[in-house]
Order: sequence, then structure tokens, then C-alpha cells
Amino acid sequence: MKSIERSARSVEEAIAEALEELQVSREDVDIEVLEEGTKGFLGIIGSKQARVRVSIRDKREERAQGAVAFLQETLQRMGLECSVNYAWDADDVLKIQIAGNELGLVIGRRGETLDALQYVVSLATNRNGEWIRIILDAEGYRARREETLQNLATRLANRVKRSGRRAVLDPMNAMERRIIHMTLQDDPSVHTHSEGEAPFRRVIIAPRRNR
Amino acid sequence: MKELVEFLAKALVDDPEAVQVSQVEGERSLILELRVAPDDMGKVIGKQGRIAKALRTVVKAAATKEGKMVHVEIID
Repeated sequence: MKSIERSARSVEEAIAEALEELQVSREDVDIEVLEEGTKGFLGIIGSKQARVRVSIRDKREERAQGAVAFLQETLQRMGLECSVNYAWDADDVLKIQIAGNELGLVIGRRGETLDALQYVVSLATNRNGEWIRIILDAEGYRARREETLQNLATRLANRVKRSGRRAVLDPMNAMERRIIHMTLQDDPSVHTHSEGEAPFRRVIIAPRRNR
Repeated sequence: MKELVEFLAKALVDDPEAVQVSQVEGERSLILELRVAPDDMGKVIGKQGRIAKALRTVVKAAATKEGKMVHVEIID
């Protein structure tokens, strides 16, 4: 939690300065008055500066719960009975897990419904405040998909090496393209890059000629 | 289905009061017409229609369950 201390002639001025410095509004902070401050005689003799500590409130937990509640209600209105859990990972990414019976519908073809839900939950949660990255998952779909993509990358890279011709993959989103690039980044015989505009952007695996 | 679109749209716009969804029901299909405040159009469409596409994908998944074709149209 970020907090700063400021001194000024009055408590109000000290608060105003601190808010200016932190670039936040008053309802987003906790204020602690350390020193009331006194005017003193003629404003000179015996005057004492006011001192406050202003701390930005940690709204992360609150917003995480908001994201979960929003997703729960969405799923319910979709006619799906699911339970939703969340956890923060080491990189401050909010990971939301969906469990239930009809996860095929929640995930969709190649995860398109899961991605759409993830996008909408992210937009609804990040309407204001610091951006929170949110990843939605259902019965380990993301990890399975990652493995599938890694296998695909390796298989296609082998084909490129044998044939000497480049391979063009299906359109993928940024997260999936990244998995392909990462899988092959240490392979000295192929080179990967992306072509086209989202949502049709695709990865190309090409042979590296100058070995 | 109407409530789903309403709920999602209200969560995305600045002026939830202005969100309106009307439905035109056919035999096997359902058209949902979404209206929002003019300033909120971008909030439900998004760059290159990305938000609108996500909304339609979510609605489509819900519609699969009911075995109906549902179209979401954003009216300006």
C-alpha cells in the first residue's frame, strides 16, 4: 500500500498536497492526521505545521470480488450452473477458475467463449482504477491448450526443417501466438514471426537459412 | 437472453439507465436489439468491433443451450 506524509500550514492544505502528489481523489485514500498544526501568534511565533499521512486504499481485493460476482451473475444468466474461485498469482494477475458441469459451453470452440468472457469481465472490472490483468480458466483448459500449441509448434518446426518451406499457422490471439514463439525461440534452425492484423494475425514458422 | 444482454451492456457503459434491449422473436431465431446512449456506443462496440464480438460470442453460447439462433444488433 502506497502512502506518503505531507506537511503544510493546515491539515486541509497538507491533504490537498498529498492528493496532488499521489494523483488520486479523496475517496480513494485513508487519511491519518499526525499533527494538527497551530497558527501561533501572528502566524509566526509558535506556529506549528500540520502533518498528515495519506495512504492509497487497497481496492484490489474489493475489485477481485466484484469481478467474480460479475462473472457468476453472467454465467447464471447464461443458464449455466458453475462455481467460481479466484487467486492472485505471483505477477499480480487475477486468475479466476470456473468449475461446473457444462464447461464445454463455457470454454467454446478453441476457447472462444472463455476468451470472450475473459474480455468482458476484464472490461467491466477495469472501468476505473489501476489495470488488473485477468485470466479466466475452466478445468485446466489454458494449460491443456498451451501443451497442444507447444506440440503443434514442435511438429510444424520439424516439417519446416525437413521441407525447407515455411509453415503458416491458423489465426490465433496474442496469448496463443506468444506460446508458439516461446516454444521455438531457442530452435536454431527455424525463425518465427507474425503476419496480418488481429483477429486474423497468424504465426509463420520459417527455416533459418544462414546457419 | 434479453436479461443477459442487458446485464452485460449495463456493466460496460457509463450510462446504464439508457441501456435498452428489445426482442423480436421468430420461430427459430431471436433478434435482440441493443440501444445505449450515443456516447456509450464505443463501449459496446469497441475497436474493430471487438467488444460487440465478445458480447455475441457469450450470447451465442447461452443460446446454444436453448437451441435457438440469437442475433444481437446494436442500434444507433
